[in-house]
Amino acid sequence: MSATIPNIITVKNLVKKFGSFVANDHLTFEVKKGEIFGFLGANGAGKTTAIKILCGLSYPTSGELSVAGFDIYTQREKVKRNIGYMSQRFSLYDDLTVFENIRFYGGIYGLRKKEINARSHLLMERLGFEAARDKLIRDIPLGWKQKLAFSVAILHNPKIVFLDEPTGGVDPITRRQFWDMIYEAAHDGITVFVTTHYMDEAEYCDRVSIMVDGKIAALDTPDNLKREFDAPSMNDVFIKLARA
Amino acid sequence: MPGTSVHVQQLTKRFGATTALEDITFDVGKGELFGFIGPDGAGKTTLLRILTTLLLADTGRCTVEGFDVVKDYRRIRSISGYMPGKFSLYQDLTVEENLKFFATIFGTTISENYHLVREIYQQIEPFKNRKAGKLSGGMKQKLALSCAMIHKPDVLFLDEPTTGVDAVSRLEFWEMLQRLKAAGITILVSTPYMDEASQCDRVALMQNGRIMTISTPREVIRNYPLSLLSVKAGDIYQLLGELRKYPGVHSVYAFGQSAHVAFQKTKLDKDTLSGFLKKNNHAVVEIEPIEATIEDCFMELMNTPRE
Repeated sequence: MSATIPNIITVKNLVKKFGSFVANDHLTFEVKKGEIFGFLGANGAGKTTAIKILCGLSYPTSGELSVAGFDIYTQREKVKRNIGYMSQRFSLYDDLTVFENIRFYGGIYGLRKKEINARSHLLMERLGFEAARDKLIRDIPLGWKQKLAFSVAILHNPKIVFLDEPTGGVDPITRRQFWDMIYEAAHDGITVFVTTHYMDEAEYCDRVSIMVDGKIAALDTPDNLKREFDAPSMNDVFIKLARA
Repeated sequence: MPGTSVHVQQLTKRFGATTALEDITFDVGKGELFGFIGPDGAGKTTLLRILTTLLLADTGRCTVEGFDVVKDYRRIRSISGYMPGKFSLYQDLTVEENLKFFATIFGTTISENYHLVREIYQQIEPFKNRKAGKLSGGMKQKLALSCAMIHKPDVLFLDEPTTGVDAVSRLEFWEMLQRLKAAGITILVSTPYMDEASQCDRVALMQNGRIMTISTPREVIRNYPLSLLSVKAGDIYQLLGELRKYPGVHSVYAFGQSAHVAFQKTKLDKDTLSGFLKKNNHAVVEIEPIEATIEDCFMELMNTPRE
């Protein structure tokens, strides 16, 4: 990515402590606008802690952070309004219909009724979900749920969308269709910040950071990382780093 | 095969209008490491819950070590180890208290079977006074496996033990399973990770409550009905779109930085495809015939209409 593209996330010396335990140990990185940024790491490496801070859900112990152009200490509500979030579970309400979920999330993000109707119409058409509009979430297949959850997370046109293991447990065809949607969102200028345990998905990211024990152990394009660690795939890069 | 450990015949289970399992039949031999591979909703958990006598099937018959899952459920519970998909140990008991609890309810002691769990348990023993709820994901998984093993079961049922676990811990977990298999324990394990199939003696590929195929991983790959080319080029997303326009292509899927292009066996032609891509302004880095992976096979089976 060229240097002229502006940063959408800037993190300088982020430290987060829980008592004497250092969950994030001086993290420093930038994410560029429109980038697909892979945020990888072993279990317990500190990924979730960092994501919570970036989403404005938890305060850092120290460090400078700007997300979507807003300061993480003083402008948390503005940060929240300019990001989208989707996790593997609990993204949609099982006992609401497809449309009710869209209306609910649209309302939370302050969209007008007319806007919600227009966008939900467009969204259903794009996903081919028109027939499922009034079905309960619990009655639609998991693959559909994940695609809908992603669409809902970007319904308000956020600057950044955070995806926390969005493809866990999803069948291999749907997993690939999901990545098509990620590419499309990035193409439309939405920055994608994604965690995954599928190492083939790490290859689809523009840049990847790998956390080990609270620190960023590596950060670069997948190609450069493979070269640097003399590894044939991102899976091998990951294993070399996390086992070191 | 030195005798049957698990026998399942024409098993069906419905939840309301949803068919969770449909006409499932298979056998697992004693000492075998058998994998159920499939995404969420495939029916893996329901199947394991029926085999561990926690759920009743609608129709069909299952036995574990010759015991019937309905009639002899008590016997099965004493000879089985079960690690549920959801962490189900006592969060407010310590690591050691949990292990002691499970040993005691199965009428044994930690010291009696320590040799069985030693290699796994040693890795979490430094934290034996920590509450189970305070463990990291990888440590919880090791404790759960220790608790499932401490009464020296004949058969081990593991429901998605590696889900949500990072690549390194997954690798270590499978190394542990190989050691348990070497000790003669029959293992039935489910996973959504296709690449873990190669660790199993045999696998059942599952989708929407059905078994699409049962075989050794080698045989599944050998039965892949198409020819495959792996294509590497600069922009994978553009490349996929371009390849899908190529006449005679059966399917195109992304695999990391490559695209797997499937053809009917007779239509495989590397040079023509290479020419086509060059003509469409793709700088082809690499194009080579490859063997299918389990994931290629799984997707092809998903696309194959049911007979």
